Amino acid sequence: MSDIPEDDKPSRRDFLYITTGTFGAVGAAAMVWPLVDQMNPDSSVKALSSIEVDISEVPEGGFLKVAWRGKPVYIRRRTAEEIIRAESEDKEDLPDPQNDADRVKKKEWLVVVGVCTHLGCIPIADRGDYDGWFCPCHGSHYDISGRIRKGPAPTNLEIPPYEFASDTVIKIG
Amino acid sequence: MNNDYEYVPKNSFTRWLDTRLPILRFTNEHILQFPTPKNLNYFWTFGFILTFFLITQIITGVILAMHYAPNSLLAFDSIEHIMRDVNYGWLIRYAHSNGSSMFFLAVYIHMFRGLYYGSYKEPREVLWILGCIIYFLMIVTAFMGYVLPWGQMSYWAATVIINLVGTLPIIGDSLTQLLLGGFAVDNPTLNRFFSLHYLIPFIIFGLVFLHIWALHVPGNNNPTGVSIQGKQDTVAFHPYYTVKDFFAYIVFLLLFCYFIFYNPNALGHPDNYIEADPMLTPAHIVPEWYLLPFYAILRAVPDKLFGVLLMFGSIVVLFFLPWLDTMKVRSARYRPFYKMFFFIFVLDCLLLGYLGAQVPEGIYLLLSRVSTFYYFAFFILIMPALSRLEKPNPMPIGISNPAIDQNARLD
Repeated sequence: MSDIPEDDKPSRRDFLYITTGTFGAVGAAAMVWPLVDQMNPDSSVKALSSIEVDISEVPEGGFLKVAWRGKPVYIRRRTAEEIIRAESEDKEDLPDPQNDADRVKKKEWLVVVGVCTHLGCIPIADRGDYDGWFCPCHGSHYDISGRIRKGPAPTNLEIPPYEFASDTVIKIG
Repeated sequence: MNNDYEYVPKNSFTRWLDTRLPILRFTNEHILQFPTPKNLNYFWTFGFILTFFLITQIITGVILAMHYAPNSLLAFDSIEHIMRDVNYGWLIRYAHSNGSSMFFLAVYIHMFRGLYYGSYKEPREVLWILGCIIYFLMIVTAFMGYVLPWGQMSYWAATVIINLVGTLPIIGDSLTQLLLGGFAVDNPTLNRFFSLHYLIPFIIFGLVFLHIWALHVPGNNNPTGVSIQGKQDTVAFHPYYTVKDFFAYIVFLLLFCYFIFYNPNALGHPDNYIEADPMLTPAHIVPEWYLLPFYAILRAVPDKLFGVLLMFGSIVVLFFLPWLDTMKVRSARYRPFYKMFFFIFVLDCLLLGYLGAQVPEGIYLLLSRVSTFYYFAFFILIMPALSRLEKPNPMPIGISNPAIDQNARLD
């Protein structure tokens, strides 16, 4: 179109093209965000994000399985022997090293999300080579502290945010 | 393509229409008179079969949506309602669920045919890539459809697959929540899966048109892999291939009918007749048969992220086929070494399918690793190596000329 060098300089028209295009792109991006964000957890889902659990009935060595955010949470009342075992295994070669003391608020109570860190199946309690949990899907073994010991899962069972509302009530979430 | 089949409108109405919307001209040129290689074998009938199965799935699916309730409290019961109360509901649901299996069976034959006869090679790269996109969307659609009955397998398949996304570094967790619409698979997940399961088949339908468009530019490949040289090599699509395709379709329907009427649950899993329970994982989670090879690849790898990447990589690698196999000779007929590795590859895929249904321990794990290795080696090592080293057998000069061309490799 042009053989005159001055035409290579940006013209008013180029400026208008670029600003129009930029405004259009920003506007489109702003429009897209609500369309994407509607897929995130909604207010009714988030409202259910904390629960209170009465643990007075759990016998020593027993556990409760409660639903929190649609996932099971194991609340396990460990025996003295189990606590000693968990602590003594701190020194072993763990895939995801963590001390038992860092995984509990009271040594007697272990609270873990019952979702295998491999692909989200629910491990079965009191099973497996380490007498903790065993995931039937792809064979991950967890110990009595919920730590991964053997199998494909990369990390220990997750500890949910929780606190002791009283001696007999745990608030999860 | 040579255009010897000029469309001539026969009456005043078609002449009037032809200057306004030349749809009859288009139909005539691209369906009725389309010049098709005269030597296509029955492996070439699966494109036609697939088109019909897509239509079957859409029709039965639209009908099922009239009776199905996409809500986690109602979904499982509404499936039983379809099976027991809706007139012919059992037939329509069994046709839809077994139809997906037939669809995948046909697409696998279609893909292996392309692989054997080199149908992905120049000038059909775009045709092949469109096919790969369609195949990927089929997997997504089938997976979402499997979740809708809200049985135990539905629920846990969804959980396992969406958790694959969580392996991605940094964005994994928030992306998982975005897809789930919550912290676990629940009603929001079911609703969006239903919506997308309804939508994607229509996208596939559009892509099928692009696929056929891309096919009609260079025309069909054929068992010799030698390009069409003139009128002597082709016949009109109608009636020659409409009849052949319909015959193959009817034979294929016999298999479909066997499953619908005599063994409708053979390809399903009994656990999916137990309502979804978020608190209890079934002892053994398996996907539908047509996804088992990918499941075997996923589980063959001890590292979680790497396993996920390999699984997706096993599909991604298909997109690059035209540039991995640069051998000019298309058909495996004239490539003795490629032919051998190809048949090992077919067996390898079947083996992976078998292994995907086994518990990944001991010998099964070892075999999974070996066959996963071969799967990738076939594409990434063997194909490029053969492209350089293999000396093809003598080839015919043309489709209609069986005389062997001693010099030319192709064209």
